[in-house]
Amino acid sequence: MKNSKRKTGFIAACVTPAVVLFILFMIVPTIDVFRMSMYKWGGYTADKTFVGLDNFKKLFQSDKFYQAFQNNILLIVVVTIITFSLAIIFAAILSREKIKGQNFFRIVFYIPNILSVVVISAIFSAIYDPNQGLLNTFLALFKGGTLENPILWLGGKDIVIYSIAIAMIWQAIGYYMVMYMASMANIPESLYESAALEGAGRLKQFFSITLPLIWTNIRTTLTFFIISTINMSFLMVKAMTNGGPNGASNVFLSYMYQEAYTNSSYGYGMSIGVMVFLFSFALAAILNAVTKREEIEF
Amino acid sequence: MKNKKNGQKSSGQILEKVFIYVVLLLLAISVLVPVAWVFVASIKQNSEFYGSPWTIPMGIYWQNFVDAWQSANMGEYMLNSVIVTALALVLLVVIALPASYVLARFKFKIRGILNLLFMAGLFINVNYIVVPIFLMLNNGDALLRKTMGEPFFLNNLFILALVYAATALPFTIYLLTGYFKSLAKDFEEAAYVDGAGFFYTMVKIMIPMAKPSVITVILFNFLSFWNEYIISMTLLTKPELKTLPVGLMNLMAAQKSAVQYGQLYAGLVIVMLPTLILYMCVQKKLTQGMTLGGLKG
Repeated sequence: MKNSKRKTGFIAACVTPAVVLFILFMIVPTIDVFRMSMYKWGGYTADKTFVGLDNFKKLFQSDKFYQAFQNNILLIVVVTIITFSLAIIFAAILSREKIKGQNFFRIVFYIPNILSVVVISAIFSAIYDPNQGLLNTFLALFKGGTLENPILWLGGKDIVIYSIAIAMIWQAIGYYMVMYMASMANIPESLYESAALEGAGRLKQFFSITLPLIWTNIRTTLTFFIISTINMSFLMVKAMTNGGPNGASNVFLSYMYQEAYTNSSYGYGMSIGVMVFLFSFALAAILNAVTKREEIEF
Repeated sequence: MKNKKNGQKSSGQILEKVFIYVVLLLLAISVLVPVAWVFVASIKQNSEFYGSPWTIPMGIYWQNFVDAWQSANMGEYMLNSVIVTALALVLLVVIALPASYVLARFKFKIRGILNLLFMAGLFINVNYIVVPIFLMLNNGDALLRKTMGEPFFLNNLFILALVYAATALPFTIYLLTGYFKSLAKDFEEAAYVDGAGFFYTMVKIMIPMAKPSVITVILFNFLSFWNEYIISMTLLTKPELKTLPVGLMNLMAAQKSAVQYGQLYAGLVIVMLPTLILYMCVQKKLTQGMTLGGLKG
C-alpha cells in the first residue's frame, strides 16, 4: 500500500513538468488559434468582438489568401517531388554502387541541413542578386560577359517562387538522402545477388527490391516532409523576400504572420492559422490513404 | 557489383560510372561553392564587392570580423544564443528524461492519454502557434505591470529557452520512450530486489543506459535551437537581447541600404562556424542518429 502510493508520487513527479509545459506552450496556444479565429481583435486592446465565421468569409474573398494558398501548394508539390526523387536516386546510387569517396559525398550533401535558414537565405540572396549575384554573373559568361537585363530572381513576381523552391530543395535533399541510405543499408545483399542471378538489371532491382522495401519509410517521411514544407517555406520566405514583391511570394504562414503583426488583425490572422491546421491534417490523411501499400518485410 | 568479379567492364558500364561521378560531383559543388564563397567573401574589402563576385580576395581583411563582432553586436548576440541554447538543452533533457522513462516503463491510468497527447504534438509545428504564444506572454506581462509594476515574460532569455524546450518535447519524448521501451525489465527488478528506490533506480541505473539517445537528442536540438529565428524574433524585441540568427537578419536588412557586404559575410561565418565545427566532429553520430528517430519535425 505504502509502496503503491510512493509509486504514484514518483510517476506524478516525473511526468508533471513535461505535461504542464506541453499543455501550456503547445495545447493551449493551439486551442487559442481556433478560438481567436472567431473574434475580431487587434491584439493589444481588451475589446474583442465575437464575429463567428466572418473572418473565414473575408478570407475566402481575399485574393491575397488565394495567392498564398497557391504558392504554398506549388512549393509543396515542386519541392517534394524533386527532393524525394533526387534523394532516393542518389541514395540508391551511393548505397548500391561502389563509389570512391562515398563518405565525402555523404558528409557534403548533409551540410545544408545543419545551416540556419537565415544563413541559407543570405547565401541565396547573394546568389540571386541581380547585378553582383553568383548566378547572373555566371550566366553572363555564356552571353558574352555582359549583364544586360539581369534576371530578377527574387524580384520578378512569376519567378520568385521557383527561386525559393530551389533554395528549399538545396536545403532538404541531403537530409533525406542520408536517411534513405540508412534504410537501404538494411536490405540484405542476398536479395540483390539472387535478383542478379536471375538476370534482373540494376534498374529492375531498384524498382522491384529497393523501392518496395523502403516504402514504409518513404510513406512516413513523406507525411512529415509535407508538414515541414509548410513551415520551411515560411522560414525561407520570411528571411529571403518577406512575401515580396508585393505579396507574390507569400505562403500561408508568412501571410498569417503579416496579418497578425503588421496589420494587427490577430483574429483574421488566426483564421489563416486554422486553415493551415486543417490543410496540413487533410493533406496528411490523403497522403496516408494514397500511398498505402501492403507492407513488405525482408 | 558482385557478379563482375573478373574486372572486365564494358564501355557502357564505364560510361555509366563516369556519368554517376559527374552528377555526384556537380551536386557536391553546388553545395560547397556557395558555402565556400561566403568564407572567401568574408575577408574581402567593401570595395571588392563592386566587381565580379568570382574574384579572389586581394588580401585577408580581418576588419570585417571585428566590425561584425563589435559594431554589428554579433558578439553580444553570440552570448545570447549560447545562453538560450544551453538553457533550453538543459531544461529539455531534465524534463524529458524522467517523463520518457515513466511513460515507457510504468503502467498507470492516464498513460495512454499522455502518449497520445505527445504523439499529436509531433504534428503541431511551433510556427503555427507562435502568435498565440506571444499573446499569452504579452497578456501575462500586462497583468504583471498592473499588479507588480514589472513585466517578466517577454524579452526574457529564460522564457525563450523554456518555450524552445516545451516545443521540442514531443519529438524528444517520442525518441526517448522508444529507447527505454527496448530495454529489458530485469534491470529494474534487480535494482528493486537490492532495495533501491524508484528515483535511485531511474537516475543511477536507467538514465545512464540511455546516454547514446540523449546525445542524439542534444545534437539535433542544439542545431534547431541555435538556428531558430521566428520565435526568438517574436519573443525578444529588445535589441540587446537578440540571438545570432535574428542579428543576422538585421545585418541583411542593413546591407540593403548601406553597403556593408564584408560585415554581412563575416556575420554569416560567425553564425555558421559553430555548427560546421560541431558537424565535423560528430557527423558520424548525427547521420547515425537519424536511423534512430527516423524523422524530424
